[in-house]
Amino acid sequence: MMGEDFVRFSLAPLLIGALAAMACALPGNFLLLRRQAMIGDAISHVVLPGIVVAFLLTGSVSTWPMLLGALGAAAVSAVLIELVRRIGRVEPGAAMGVVFTTLFALGVLLLERASLGNVHLDVQHALYGNLESLIWLRSSGWASLTDPKALATLPEELPRMAAVAGLMGLLTLIFWRPLKISTFDEGFARSLGIPVRMVSFGLVLAAAAACVAAFDAVGSIIVIAMLVCPPATARLMTDRLATQVWLSLAFAVFAAVLGYVLAGYGPLWLGGEDSVSAAGMIATVSGLTLGIAALYGPHRRRDEAGEPQAL
Amino acid sequence: MNLAARQEDFARAQVGTPSLGPAPLAARGLSVSYGVKPALIGVDAIFPPGRMIAVIGPNGAGKSTFLKAALGLAPKIAGEVEIFGKPVDQAYGRFAYVPQRASVDWDFPTQALDVVSMGLYRELGLMGRFRGEHKRRALAALERVGMADFADRQIGRLSGGQQQRVFLARALAQNADLYLLDEPFAGVDAATERAIVEVLKGLQAEGRTVVCVHHDLATAREYFDYALLLNLRKIAEGPIREVLTVGDLQRTYGGRLTEAQLAAFGAPGGAGG
Repeated sequence: MMGEDFVRFSLAPLLIGALAAMACALPGNFLLLRRQAMIGDAISHVVLPGIVVAFLLTGSVSTWPMLLGALGAAAVSAVLIELVRRIGRVEPGAAMGVVFTTLFALGVLLLERASLGNVHLDVQHALYGNLESLIWLRSSGWASLTDPKALATLPEELPRMAAVAGLMGLLTLIFWRPLKISTFDEGFARSLGIPVRMVSFGLVLAAAAACVAAFDAVGSIIVIAMLVCPPATARLMTDRLATQVWLSLAFAVFAAVLGYVLAGYGPLWLGGEDSVSAAGMIATVSGLTLGIAALYGPHRRRDEAGEPQAL
Repeated sequence: MNLAARQEDFARAQVGTPSLGPAPLAARGLSVSYGVKPALIGVDAIFPPGRMIAVIGPNGAGKSTFLKAALGLAPKIAGEVEIFGKPVDQAYGRFAYVPQRASVDWDFPTQALDVVSMGLYRELGLMGRFRGEHKRRALAALERVGMADFADRQIGRLSGGQQQRVFLARALAQNADLYLLDEPFAGVDAATERAIVEVLKGLQAEGRTVVCVHHDLATAREYFDYALLLNLRKIAEGPIREVLTVGDLQRTYGGRLTEAQLAAFGAPGGAGG
């Protein structure tokens, strides 16, 4: 009966968590190498008010209005950052920090008002997601995986997250060369005729799409962690870009699975009776993995060979 | 006079040479400014084919900016540029650009051979398969700059001179007719400088045109045979012996050249070189 319980209560959350982690980690690799990892953080903060406003306007939680809302919020935040920077004469990093935190806080307030009388959107959901609640009630063990009727009752987040993760993988494959060349050497990329601004914009757009899709299923904590931690961990393990991207997927899945299991059973093993937030535990595991890689990863030191980089 | 007419003039001026077609690089009235600060003011230039061309001037004179603006990499506020008689966006594939070494992040997770393979992008396209033939060509380019032994080395673990050679190999892999290099000798060792000059002269011998942003006046005459002197505006352009005169240099560098530096050039049209 262990298998039956596992399929019913844990299979869908595990898969959704792993897919969300992979969907975020893929664009995260390139954001990291472009020193734009903060953009991922920014996107996931700005996404919240955007989604809430889109929800307030349309009354639905479907993906497209949410994506548009998130992108609109991203545009507004870009303008606000510029304004704060110029009018307030604040340095860009500080301007970003102020705008994103404020918008995120505004999103929390809006969310509180919006969720009166509505159970689907609430503050906790936005932060931690609702991974644990994405259960497959109609399943009756592994056999359900071949039963079309049972499959139709899978949580809708699963096919959606699978589609988005698949799309991210496809985009990474198709645009691998322009992404790599323009990330490494923008001037050279432009001299080849690669539309570097479109590549750059497309990357941020793809990251935003992954964030929005993952946000609804697993919450913003995982999104922020997965955009940065698996790629950063993978970078410390290899000096090859393709290997880095594959490893980042492996670390993303590792964090999602181990985090989910630890959240569910860890407290029990320690003698407790309750479980802890899966999203929080997944993000914690990914952070700890990065910490271990930073201490012991084979490629953690950059300048041990060759002449000092004076220029 | 418009650019086309100037091109015809240029073609007529190539007395005794077979039909050369349009100039590898022709610019007219090229102006660039970063913010309110002008970086380049109304520069005209027509570079002849098959030459080693130096773009010379003091720091901040707009040498790199000229190269970037000519290739559409820096936003020009006025002027027109043609590469082999065509706008830049129709000339991709005929020119190869080597940016300043300091302009990229050498921590990037990539190897020397991988960087050189980037030079094959226009042939491979988005999804074209990287075949054994492509790898052989990338290796041959590395071989030509003496870096074949470092093909699998992460680029951050190469010395500055080795990094510059890898950049040159990437340009060689592009198999272009016009090579534009931004400060290829900056911060490289003497052996690398000699190796790079040798490769560039080899390109010239194959009938290709080489343009370098260069700031070392002492070696300019030895390496190059044509020059564009810049200091925000064009000061002079032409065969290097005619251009590197004391008068032109004084106008380019203002009072910044020492007597010793000027003495290296002797009298205008003098005995040097």
